[in-house]
Amino acid sequence: MKICVLVKEVPDAAVEKRIDPGTKRLDRSGEKNLNPFDTHAIEAAMQLKEGGAVSVDEIVAVTMGPESAFRALHKAVSLGADRSIHLTDDALAGSDVAATGYALAKVLEQEGPDLVLLGQQSDDGECYTIGAVVADHLKMPSLTQVIKMDVEGDKLRCERQAEYGYDTVEVSLPAVISVGDAINEPRYPSLKAIMGAKKKPLDTKAAGDVGIDAGKVGESGSRTAVLAINPPPAKDAGEIIEDEDTNETVEKIVNWLEERKLLA
Amino acid sequence: MSGILTYALHYEGAFNKNSLGAVSEGAKLAKEIGGEAAAVVVGGDDLTDELCASLGNYGATKVYRVKGPEGLGAPVVDAMAKIIGDDGYSYALFGGGLLGFEIGAGLTARLGAGVTMEVTAVKAQGGKLVAERPILQDSAIVDVDYVGEPGIIIGRLNAFDVVESGGGAAQVVDVEVSFEEHSNRAVMVQRGEQRGADVNIEDAEILVAGGRGLGKAEGFELCESLAGALGGAVAATRAVVDAGWYPYAAQIGQTGKTVAPKLYLAAGISGAIQHKVGMQASENIVAINKDANAPIFEFCDLGIVGDLNAIMPKLTEAVKAKKGG
Ligand SMILES: Cc1cc2nc3c(=O)[nH]c(=O)nc-3n(C[C@H](O)[C@H](O)[C@H](O)COP(=O)(O)OP(=O)(O)OC[C@H]3O[C@@H](n4cnc5c(N)ncnc54)[C@H](O)[C@@H]3O)c2cc1C
Ligand SMILES: Nc1ncnc2c1ncn2[C@@H]1O[C@H](COP(=O)(O)O)[C@@H](O)[C@H]1O
Repeated sequence: MKICVLVKEVPDAAVEKRIDPGTKRLDRSGEKNLNPFDTHAIEAAMQLKEGGAVSVDEIVAVTMGPESAFRALHKAVSLGADRSIHLTDDALAGSDVAATGYALAKVLEQEGPDLVLLGQQSDDGECYTIGAVVADHLKMPSLTQVIKMDVEGDKLRCERQAEYGYDTVEVSLPAVISVGDAINEPRYPSLKAIMGAKKKPLDTKAAGDVGIDAGKVGESGSRTAVLAINPPPAKDAGEIIEDEDTNETVEKIVNWLEERKLLA
Repeated sequence: MSGILTYALHYEGAFNKNSLGAVSEGAKLAKEIGGEAAAVVVGGDDLTDELCASLGNYGATKVYRVKGPEGLGAPVVDAMAKIIGDDGYSYALFGGGLLGFEIGAGLTARLGAGVTMEVTAVKAQGGKLVAERPILQDSAIVDVDYVGEPGIIIGRLNAFDVVESGGGAAQVVDVEVSFEEHSNRAVMVQRGEQRGADVNIEDAEILVAGGRGLGKAEGFELCESLAGALGGAVAATRAVVDAGWYPYAAQIGQTGKTVAPKLYLAAGISGAIQHKVGMQASENIVAINKDANAPIFEFCDLGIVGDLNAIMPKLTEAVKAKKGG
């Protein structure tokens, strides 16, 4: 079985994210990291490989992004992926969700995986949707937010929380599964794996290499356009107390509650 | 034909409240830009004529009924793609929820359409719709315009009000859809399993909610003691419910309950959007979190930056003393 894992480079959560007012795109300068939600997808692939219920021949990390995004691939291979693919092309800049999903699907089409895994959300884009977009292009069944996944022959038995409680769904391979962060506890890469990461094969591909129709990607190929960026409606800032002396803090909380008649 | 096609999710013979909000919103917008306000439902025999026609109360004039599997995204994508292909709708609209995201995304790919998710408001401008979407932890709101048709709008939970506009019964039209091969390759084995005890949090005026910051299942004892002292109930985040620390029935948020108590005290909760949407209407929000940058401090009324393990036991004692005295 061949597993492709979609990974993305995102601004470090500790760094304030902002919009570039000129381009109306996310300002992607500053510290970057592998999208933390994607480490769960890599871990899920590793657990399938190590679990023994199915024989996994290869785990391939795939990203689409600017030149710097290869660093996310290095992280992914240090966490266990065998090789990686970096789709990067000026023509792809400014792609919206639909265009990104289409472009990633073209890379995956060439790879022909039995299973595509991805994270529940990107830390910067927070769209929760790439998985279902990719799956429809690939004509594969898909599920998002999966927190338990067991292989049973050529099927996956998946569990996830949906509108009315927990659902169990059987999906036959090949399939696209986006995993929730409760699915596992990702491992830390060993120093050896970090050192070895640069030696694992990394293919860089341009849009034309995977047959992407340039008219469907990039800013001009996107079907949405940002008209304006506005600040959220002003809201009275809450009162913040730093807990230095807990007895004092507790007294303040109790007074606050009492003023609002919440201790009646 | 122009107009708006809204997906209405149902379960055990009743429509989802968020879907009713979306149907109401679709009807309002269709009036503004012109065209039909239609809804689509996919499911089994519980989709009676009467149930489908009842969407007319929320402003839908036509309801497409499709026989198919429930609780899965792809069959609905097939259905909506066919209806939009045959009857030509300008927009597809979804309320907040997990399936809305999956169906909206699938439809985006199928139709080569533009999509906006987590939408909190929709404006009609010059015969078209513009979607407002908060981004970057709600620190900015972008106005998104659609290039070409259809445009796909996925709402945020509770973003659209349910409005009983008093319209009559909607016309119910049966549509036969042949599902794609891949749509038949996901099969529901069990739906809507309730994990953990059946606790009631919806009637409580005071909720003490716990998150991953409680550290372990036993951490909920701190919440239970404080809730006991305050005379309230205990609620939870998805993170701790998924981890098996607390029952699903107590979960607040996008795939849990929506509440608006007099007091919502959040302990060890970061305040992710999917949690916020279920509790932001609470009258008073108090948060205890050791991370001063936690998003919950952006929307609470009283925030305490500190360790809940130190604060909660003392707070419980102080509340008891106050109430006893
Ligand atoms: C489609 C979808 C649906 C979802 N539905 C829901 C839903 O219905 N409900 C829901 O809640 N979430 C939902 N989520 C998940 C949501 O995005 C968050 O992951 C979740 O709410 C986080 O839970 P948490 O705040 O308990 O955990 P975390 O985000 O891990 O936060 C824990 C917090 O505890 C603090 N902390 C740690 N130790 C201490 C201490 N000793 N003292 C004080 N503070 C401490 C930390 O600083 C941190 O801020 C959904 C996500 C998706 C993608
Ligand atoms: N540019 C990208 N390259 C590779 N994978 C991506 C990209 N954007 C999103 N993903 C994957 O899709 C998931 C969901 O992202 P999103 O839909 O943006 O919230 C992420 O966790 C990644 O696994």
